[in-house]
Amino acid sequence: MDLRWRIRATDNISVLEIGGEIDLHSAPDLRNELHRLTESKAPRLVVDLTEVTFIDSTGIGVLVGGLRRAREKGGSLAFCAAQPRVRRVFEITGLLRALPLHNTRDEAMRAVGETSASAANSQGNSDVS
Amino acid sequence: MSVKPSPVTPPIELRIPASSEWVRVARLAAAGVASRLQFGIDDIEDIKLAVAEAINNAIQHAPVPDKSSTLASVTLTLTVEKEGLRISVTDEGRIAEEIPTHNSTPRHGEDDLPEGGLGLLLIRSLMDEVSHVSGAHSDTTVHMFKRLPRLRAESKAAAAGDISPAA
Repeated sequence: MDLRWRIRATDNISVLEIGGEIDLHSAPDLRNELHRLTESKAPRLVVDLTEVTFIDSTGIGVLVGGLRRAREKGGSLAFCAAQPRVRRVFEITGLLRALPLHNTRDEAMRAVGETSASAANSQGNSDVS
Repeated sequence: MSVKPSPVTPPIELRIPASSEWVRVARLAAAGVASRLQFGIDDIEDIKLAVAEAINNAIQHAPVPDKSSTLASVTLTLTVEKEGLRISVTDEGRIAEEIPTHNSTPRHGEDDLPEGGLGLLLIRSLMDEVSHVSGAHSDTTVHMFKRLPRLRAESKAAAAGDISPAA
């Protein structure tokens, strides 16, 4: 129920597996971790939301922030495998276009594995306000 | 379609400290109340999220006390009505002078969405009725209402001129 995560490094891609609830209380810790994971040049990160049982707007904000930072660093970030409940929050906020949710980790890894040039070109999504 | 008469349920009230670790308690309380009514799983999750967003906003506008004083409170009130569940979230408002709140200037601007805006957008999408009221002492109440699914389906069927209600 508390927010927890685990990192698996595969090839050049890090996979952040998140579980539990991302809310006002736990989001700052996640923000710090995403910050850390996007510190290097051209970070490639998959954020696996399979075990996330709750997310609110602060959680969405942190995920968007992580995506932005990865792109600013010339890297890419993709999300995958959210429960319908979590996907619904992405949909309602209208962010599904800006934060594509892949169905499987493999898909997300493929998306991230594309050149960072094409990932950056995939949309001018930097203004999510 | 018969409406069983039932006694009026008095409001259920929960007052929590205006601090982020307590939002979860309020979410669970709201979900607990919703599950006593004929809301489905999706509706219960909607209510849980809407309450979370309203309480997040209340906490972020609450005054931050200095070490010696008590945290402000946020009050969640749930009222069971015949047509659905009425929910209000009240914060205690800001003290007049300039004091730091939880919602002080974010350092990493690009990491923050306009969270108040996004939260309110969510609430308006998840609930059937939403309104905002400012109280006399700069406290604010967000009022929300979620209609029972049976009544939503019936009102849709009536609008469509259909006789049989949707499941």
